[in-house]
Amino acid sequence: MKEKIYLYPIWVRIWHWLNALLFLLLVLTGLSMQYAAKDSLLFPFNVSVTVHNTCGIILVFNFLFFAFANRFTWNGKYYNIRWKRYGKELWRQIRFYSYGIFKKEPHPFPVTKKRKFNPLQQLSYVIAMYILIPLIIISGIGLLFPEITLNVLFGKSGIWLTDLFHQFLGFSLTIFWLIHLYFCTIGKTATSNFKSMIDGWH
Amino acid sequence: MKNNTVISILMLMGLFIAIHSAVGQDTLKDNKFKNAVENHKCFKCHGQKYYSYYNEWTEKKVIKRMNPFYVIDSVKFYTQNHCSFKCIDCHDADYETFPHDGMLQMEGMSTCLDCHEDDEKTAKYHMEGIYKEYKASVHFKKYGTVFSCWMCHDPHKYKVTARENEDISNVIIYDNEMCLSCHSNGTNNTILSDSASKNMVAAHDWLPNQKLHFQNVRCLDCHVKIQNDSMVNHDILPKKDAVKRCVDCHSKNTILSATLYKFQSKESRSKLGFLNATILNNSYVVGANRNHILNKASLIIFGLVIILLIIHGILRIIIK
Repeated sequence: MKEKIYLYPIWVRIWHWLNALLFLLLVLTGLSMQYAAKDSLLFPFNVSVTVHNTCGIILVFNFLFFAFANRFTWNGKYYNIRWKRYGKELWRQIRFYSYGIFKKEPHPFPVTKKRKFNPLQQLSYVIAMYILIPLIIISGIGLLFPEITLNVLFGKSGIWLTDLFHQFLGFSLTIFWLIHLYFCTIGKTATSNFKSMIDGWH
Repeated sequence: MKNNTVISILMLMGLFIAIHSAVGQDTLKDNKFKNAVENHKCFKCHGQKYYSYYNEWTEKKVIKRMNPFYVIDSVKFYTQNHCSFKCIDCHDADYETFPHDGMLQMEGMSTCLDCHEDDEKTAKYHMEGIYKEYKASVHFKKYGTVFSCWMCHDPHKYKVTARENEDISNVIIYDNEMCLSCHSNGTNNTILSDSASKNMVAAHDWLPNQKLHFQNVRCLDCHVKIQNDSMVNHDILPKKDAVKRCVDCHSKNTILSATLYKFQSKESRSKLGFLNATILNNSYVVGANRNHILNKASLIIFGLVIILLIIHGILRIIIK
């Protein structure tokens, strides 16, 4: 058996699980508002608004913490995509998940202390954390403080357009979250990756 | 006296210019000012805060303050619904003599239904239905006939807005102004009530994004009982019965389509057959505006992703 690597320092784990909790609450309360109805099975509207706003604000700070910590620690380097040969590497990873995994081929990019993420993970995490999350935060701030949002854009309500964009981002992140959860089951065992994120050892 | 006549003619000319610029050519063509010259006899005094007359006993010119309740804004008068009226169409013709006879105080005031009951021209407004709703409203129950139609719809300045305004924000401002002229005005509120008006901002502090709500919905939208008789419901509810559940507006069956957007949604349904378009073009109500195409598309994408993941998972288990 391969030696275990200490891959997830305590701050990463705390950030990660807080992010996960906020994500879950934001998705559920977001859906509760969008599909609000008198006999809704989800959260009541007023509760959803309060919880969604609170979680959104905490998410901003959690994201800022993540961005600063990544800027000043080794963890940030995992997110640096090395574009040279990246296309080929990405393809190898996609081929592995869609074909090689069923042929019991070895993982093309096994986890090491220097490479936490495979190319596909790296791309999806960069898109999620450095593009989608900042955009959902900005549009969320626009909705939380509607007075700073344009009233009318192209003849449509600016708030409506902002919210449509916010929902699109929320939907994209939910899809990311589903795939992320599923891919976490592809470890040594189905639960080993989840355990790693609790004790820090991969 | 000669001076007074010159001043009066100048004022009349000024009034025409002001009205002309306020209402535009179309209204002028409609001859809505046909009685302006005659009405000016009244506006000479009732159109301003101070009026003057020559006291023949003391042989002095007297300037007096007009009772504020009897001051009529002439510009607003000529832009409202009854602008083609003579003052003496509703008020006694003897008012033309000054000083007015004290007995004129006894004149009965007309109500809306005195003219508009079974009136074909105003049938679309359902005046009889409005009257029924008014009789059930908290204002009537509390103050009886003292709280007449005129309390909100001053016949000297009232104009129909909801049916004639493309921009719903104008309707909101106009209608809310009617409520707030008493409910956020200490002096006006004490005309009927013993207490000064409450602070409306503090009274609605439970409302998230209060400013946005105040700008985009009318007081009426939460404070009336929904009825189908009239376009604008007049059954004003007691405070405790007002809408306070968010989902009443923020849901697919939003009550706003029966209140604020009632007229527009009817119009829109006949033109486009799609209620969403109306609300979307004016403002955005979370939960009420739904885009059917995006809803379906997102469900399909969501479903496909789950199916793909399940297939992948099953294959992994089988091959293991």
